[in-house]
Amino acid sequence: MTKLTDLNIATARDGLNKGDFSATELAEAYILAMEAGRDLNAYITETPEVALERARESDARRAKGDAMGAMEGIPIAMKDLFCTEGVLTTAGSHILDGFTPAYESTVSANLRSAGAVMLGKANLDEFAMGSANITSYYGPVKNPWSANAGKDLVPGGSSGGSAAAVAAGLAMAATGTDTGGSIRQPASFCGIVGLKPTYGRCSRWGTVAFASSLDQAGPMTQTVRDAAIMLGAMAGHDPKDSTSAPVDLPDFEAAITGDVKGLTIGIPSEYKMDGMDPEIQAMWDQGIEWLKAQGCAIKEVSLPTTKYALPTYYIVAPAEASANLARYDGVRYGLRVPGDSLDDMYMNTRGEGFGHEVQRRILIGTYALSSGYYDAYYIKAQKVRTLIANDFKAAFADVDAILTPTAPSAAFGINDKQDDPVAMYLNDVFTVPTSLAGLPGISVPTGLNKDGLPLGLQLIGRTFDEGTLLNVASALEDAAGFDAKPGQEG
Amino acid sequence: MSLDKDTVKNIAYLARIRVQDEQLEPLAGELSSILDWIEQLQELDTDGVEPMASVSDVTLPQRKDAVTDGNCQAAVLKNAPDGEDGFFTVPKVVE
Repeated sequence: MTKLTDLNIATARDGLNKGDFSATELAEAYILAMEAGRDLNAYITETPEVALERARESDARRAKGDAMGAMEGIPIAMKDLFCTEGVLTTAGSHILDGFTPAYESTVSANLRSAGAVMLGKANLDEFAMGSANITSYYGPVKNPWSANAGKDLVPGGSSGGSAAAVAAGLAMAATGTDTGGSIRQPASFCGIVGLKPTYGRCSRWGTVAFASSLDQAGPMTQTVRDAAIMLGAMAGHDPKDSTSAPVDLPDFEAAITGDVKGLTIGIPSEYKMDGMDPEIQAMWDQGIEWLKAQGCAIKEVSLPTTKYALPTYYIVAPAEASANLARYDGVRYGLRVPGDSLDDMYMNTRGEGFGHEVQRRILIGTYALSSGYYDAYYIKAQKVRTLIANDFKAAFADVDAILTPTAPSAAFGINDKQDDPVAMYLNDVFTVPTSLAGLPGISVPTGLNKDGLPLGLQLIGRTFDEGTLLNVASALEDAAGFDAKPGQEG
Repeated sequence: MSLDKDTVKNIAYLARIRVQDEQLEPLAGELSSILDWIEQLQELDTDGVEPMASVSDVTLPQRKDAVTDGNCQAAVLKNAPDGEDGFFTVPKVVE
């Protein structure tokens, strides 16, 4: 019999339906795996009691013949950015010390009502700010592919704990959030599938906010089909989030037909950057050939404002972060460091509670929003953002999806020198434009580089057309036949 | 755009973040290098371009202007680091 921890959402669903095993047995197998895999530091808080309780509830529903949810009995990791009732929620930050929400985020509540079993809260970059999961107060996460490299590698970020957990079999799937690439880039680094839905597809209510006009939750899974199943369970209009879109929720799994003949795939010429890693270019070329072979037409498209996307992002996101993170004041929740006056207490608390990268971004954002600079930075950036969105609109008049690399490199070493913030920001060069335009994007694992590390390709779709996106992603996944697992030499 | 120590100190005060004096100089360097890199946006002509207000074309739904929750004082105060008698507390503000 297959090991329970080798199953994915779709195959576990079949096994549960057939009665081959129970949700409780599944949860028990994953709890053991989670404990055995602690060396990766993928989880900040393990919740085995919650998992067993929910698994038993799922088994009881099944025994009674109740309607089964889409994620019935599926053990998942929850990025520790989603507030979970009665369970410590840290956002990877010291400033949320001891914070135990009295409410449940809409996304985690949706998953729970679909039958999902929460194994624990996954590690992440502090407040989701980072591309390597090295800014977490709870320490860096180790990429399970590290054994292939002979040194500790980053899992990418910010959803690095989620990606590592899924890749190492410490969770069947995981939630992530993506502001500029935080689902797609770690998915690429860890050899899994990561989907950032259209902005507004998933409710942001109860998710710790980083940059409100960009943040979007999405699934991190082993397969494209699993991403479709899990997205359906996470998404939907939520009256509690005014930016959650009141649009129909299609059957995403049914959209995966295996037939992509006649679809046109755009290749943006501006993504062919000078000095691009030849292995990344080769992977991209291979992806084009695979989709051609599946019957897609390939068309070169132009996204002329691409070059300005990253600097635009590094105004918009820090500006919104500086406003959002103003709430951490040492008064209502989390850490409080005493001071002689109210200002003193604020400054002590925020000086000790926020890590260096978070402080840096709050300061950039505060500066960009400060009197006399607002027009030159924030308004300018929002104008460029309009141009970037228009680029995509023009391209999507001619194509059904766009294919690009997910990240400019494979996973790098945890101890590699990282003292230049701008160099770190370049990790998101291919993912940030999609975020600024609010479009859905998915990273699909498509191969290994010469060091045996996974590489991913990104597909970008039309707004609220995750169905087509998933269908093309599934065709790419089939063609790539990526079945390598971490921890195997070579 | 190059920021000096005093500017960084002022921004840090606006953001209510305590930055140690010896940190100001290196921080000024880091922030300046980020701002220099951002500066390239100025070469792009954006005259007549509307700043983006929302990424999606979705019209915001309206809801009834009605109270949807309340009576949860204990839950609201549950995580307060220094709550007292049903209140949040802060250091003395008014002399």
